Amino acid sequence: MNGEIRKTDILVVGGGAAGLSAAAEAASYGARVVVLDSDLHLGGQLVKQTHKFFGSKDEHAGTRGYKIADIIMDEIKQCGDNIELHTNTSAVGYYKNDGMVTVMRGEDEYYKIQPRKMIMATGAQERIIPFPNNDIPGVYGAGAVQTLMNVYGVVPGKRVLMIGAGNIGLIVSYQLMQAGVEIAAVLEALPKIGGYWVHAAKIRRLGVPIHLRHTIKAALGTDYVNGAIIQDLDTCEMTHVECDVICLAVGLTPTNEMLWQAGCEMRFVPELCGHVPLRDSKLRTSNQDVWIAGDAAGIEEASSAMIEGRIAGLAAAESLGLKVDAQRFKIYHERLGALRRGETGEKIRSGLSKVQVCDWRDQ
Amino acid sequence: MQLIEEHPVLTYSHGKLVKFLFDGRPLEGYEGEPIAMALHANGVRIYRITPDMKRPRGFFCAIGKCSSCFMVVDGVPNVRTCVTPLKEGMKVETQTGKGCIPMDVEA
Repeated sequence: MNGEIRKTDILVVGGGAAGLSAAAEAASYGARVVVLDSDLHLGGQLVKQTHKFFGSKDEHAGTRGYKIADIIMDEIKQCGDNIELHTNTSAVGYYKNDGMVTVMRGEDEYYKIQPRKMIMATGAQERIIPFPNNDIPGVYGAGAVQTLMNVYGVVPGKRVLMIGAGNIGLIVSYQLMQAGVEIAAVLEALPKIGGYWVHAAKIRRLGVPIHLRHTIKAALGTDYVNGAIIQDLDTCEMTHVECDVICLAVGLTPTNEMLWQAGCEMRFVPELCGHVPLRDSKLRTSNQDVWIAGDAAGIEEASSAMIEGRIAGLAAAESLGLKVDAQRFKIYHERLGALRRGETGEKIRSGLSKVQVCDWRDQ
Repeated sequence: MQLIEEHPVLTYSHGKLVKFLFDGRPLEGYEGEPIAMALHANGVRIYRITPDMKRPRGFFCAIGKCSSCFMVVDGVPNVRTCVTPLKEGMKVETQTGKGCIPMDVEA
């Protein structure tokens, strides 16, 4: 470790959909921005998505996820020296007395950075469910399977049992088939498919069974997965399934360690899938130097993460005293509102109503 | 290696093919790609053995968060192999237990 303390206007933790959007927005008003990402590539989960996005044209609906990452990266490049990007670099600590952030690059470089403002776009991490043998090799998170096949082109296995029929379970099942992998079945404990029908229809058309009211009872194998026992939750009947990978798509939870460290006031909100910080309409947390965006603010999806990134980036730039186009707040909020309307947005609207504050000065 | 040959949407651009050692066995992988991915492509699934229960572990999250893929890399234990880039000549070993802190690593 060297004693040097690096300085920047805005530190963005996480270079995914939200973080890159935040960086591009803030830098467009002249802020100097540093983006850290623990992964070896930028773009977060966007780079793993081969399907065309829904949502609105403003958020690149109709474009495949990994190409949306390219579009934002092009915008970042236009910002020139205003944005510094660091991959394989993790923010590992936040010291709220002086706003110091400790950073680890790779396994052996360690330094400090002191930003004036910080945007936490740390995303989410995968949940796991309990069952015997859920720790043996071959039981993989859905995001891990996507990384393996869509980023690095490695075959995850021969035959996959998918747990969870939410959007991630359905999409990853389809992506596995694109990669030439067989899907034994998709299991869902709930009595209905959680994800969009269009994704479910795509895999049903290809002959993959989606078993509702079914769960995994146990993974089989000693050194690695060679099968699974599944159970019908209504009849309790158990069936043996042959597979060499069990893919868990059982939900995500916000990555929030640094938000706790930053002293942000947090709430547990089931609709947002975990502990998330209170925030005002510009996504500022109770720590007045910290903003949030994307899944770290509550599990949602990439289109809204990109808009939240824009709002947080704009707000952080504004707080630095830079001349920003404040009209943009209204535009971004309208776009977010459009994504969250209707029945599909009900859960997120309910969750957000529990963590939104009008104005921090009133607290 | 177990790589995806054909894909309807994606084209893969791999880096330089390099040699590395896994438990003394020579393997090949792409430089700059995560060690865990290179091992998986070579059919290696077990990355460590847990300290108390002696359970085999492979990777789980592949984004550097879950600790499942810790291995000993060039003598250093607890390396997150899913986010550590592969280099030519690396010595990668299955980690047993908690690993020992290498006292002779240069500061």
